[in-house]
Amino acid sequence: MYPAPFEYSAPTTLEEATALLAELGDEGRVLAGGQSLLPMMKLRLATPGHLVDINRIPGLDRIEHVDGHLQIGALVRHADVVDSQEIADASPLMASTAPWVADPLVRNRGTVCGSVAHCDPEGDWNSVMLALGAEVVAASRHGERVIPIEDFVVDYFTNSLQAGEMVTAVRIPRGDAGTAGKYLKLERKVGDYATVGVATHLRIDGGTIVEAGIGLTSVGPRNIKAREAEAMLVGEAPSSELFAEAARAAALASDPASDVRGPADYKRAVVEAYVRRGLEACVRQISEEG
Amino acid sequence: MRVDVTINGEPRSAEVEPRTLLVDFIRTHLGLTGTHVGCDTTSCGACTVILDGKPVKSCTVLAVQAHGSELRTVEGLRQNGRLHPIQAAFKEHHGLQCGFCTPGMMLVGAALLEKNPAPSEEEIRWELSGNLCRCTGYMNIVEAIKAAGAGSAGDAVGEDLGAAESVAAAEEMEAHA
Ligand SMILES: Cc1cc2nc3c(=O)[nH]c(=O)nc-3n(C[C@H](O)[C@H](O)[C@H](O)COP(=O)(O)OP(=O)(O)OC[C@H]3O[C@@H](n4cnc5c(N)ncnc54)[C@H](O)[C@@H]3O)c2cc1C
Ligand code: FES
Ligand code: FES
Repeated sequence: MYPAPFEYSAPTTLEEATALLAELGDEGRVLAGGQSLLPMMKLRLATPGHLVDINRIPGLDRIEHVDGHLQIGALVRHADVVDSQEIADASPLMASTAPWVADPLVRNRGTVCGSVAHCDPEGDWNSVMLALGAEVVAASRHGERVIPIEDFVVDYFTNSLQAGEMVTAVRIPRGDAGTAGKYLKLERKVGDYATVGVATHLRIDGGTIVEAGIGLTSVGPRNIKAREAEAMLVGEAPSSELFAEAARAAALASDPASDVRGPADYKRAVVEAYVRRGLEACVRQISEEG
Repeated sequence: MRVDVTINGEPRSAEVEPRTLLVDFIRTHLGLTGTHVGCDTTSCGACTVILDGKPVKSCTVLAVQAHGSELRTVEGLRQNGRLHPIQAAFKEHHGLQCGFCTPGMMLVGAALLEKNPAPSEEEIRWELSGNLCRCTGYMNIVEAIKAAGAGSAGDAVGEDLGAAESVAAAEEMEAHA
């Protein structure tokens, strides 16, 4: 299967890339890992006129600390996250997600930022980013802007980038002491998209939950931030009753469809179980930390 | 567009359309047909090649993206006509039946052993999880990789491939086709 013909450029600086994207407008499309875009192009579900391959731009492959954030550049592959000590230290949630994204070969090419930009509701990373309160760094010919993830994820395969913009990084708040996170994913087989995925994030200070994040995968038209459930947790002391209540609220916030991966009520039940288990795992992590 | 690569240590180049997939560049333009096309939808790993040290699915990379890169394919495993330990181990442990998935399996196995010479069974299975085999049930593939890592692939390591013999066999097969 061949994609429809297209023009191809591989700029070697960000300036060149953003100038090209500005010039191309709707015809231009960023190519990162290509692990979603190329399959779609081969099936002719996408027929971009001009691909702007960002893989030859130096410096985008970094994981670095910037202004109290951990910043993940646009060319950081899923496999880099699996291997990163920096990520393991700063974000147990990201670290526990990466090994469940796709398969090892796809992870060697696909990027975190590409997944974030792709906004596939079955993609794992946007649930994690919603749970963590991440920000997307976007660049255009006119400069840079920072977009909160909640404003970035608009809908089914739709982000809020404007024509001429590209993502240069996604950044997450640096995990302070007392931070924990867990990604739980039900999949039919290794490499499959989630039947249900649940990202949980907690920060506990002096016995009180001071931050709570819950993101849901594959149970709606976009990745879902379970805001009500999060709000129930903040300011409270962790307990199994509280977690059960928050889990029920998260299940209500989910909007799954019945499909080959299972009926909707089953998926909703999995959301409830996984939110509860994820929160319990967070508490265990924090108590092990001491 | 012109694509220059170093493949199995040899510099090669060809003129391609941007939409040419890396697997077709390797098979059609460079004539190296050991890399297979299975699903063509990024699922099976029959098209696995090593791109700048990392195994990837070459049906889901553009040839132009590989410009300037170092590639390794199954043809690059044998050295001076002698079997690579992973090939010897697949032979001894019956790590293949039809052989369709085998180039990908061996490359993923070889890349894993370069990183981690003594992987556990779980690590091997995890690493192979992007490669499908419709024949073997994986048992012997896992055994073969384990044996190659342990350096116990035995007698076949470095075995002469008998190039003349295999050419004769291939010609005979073609005559019957
Ligand atoms: C077999 C298989 C299994 C998979 N399983 C999973 C899974 O379990 N979970 C999961 O989350 N994902 C899965 N994926 C998808 C995979 O994670 C992709 O890597 C990811 O969705 C897209 O990242 P990419 O870098 O490959 O992006 P590309 O394919 O290059 O791009 C995807 C889209 O995002 C845009 N884009 C990419 N980068 C940028 C940027 N920097 N700025 C602006 N726009 C950009 C592109 O223009 C395109 O529209 C799977 C893919 C395959 C082939
Ligand atoms: S042919 Fe490339 S993954 Fe199946
Ligand atoms: S040996 Fe036939 S597919 Fe693996």
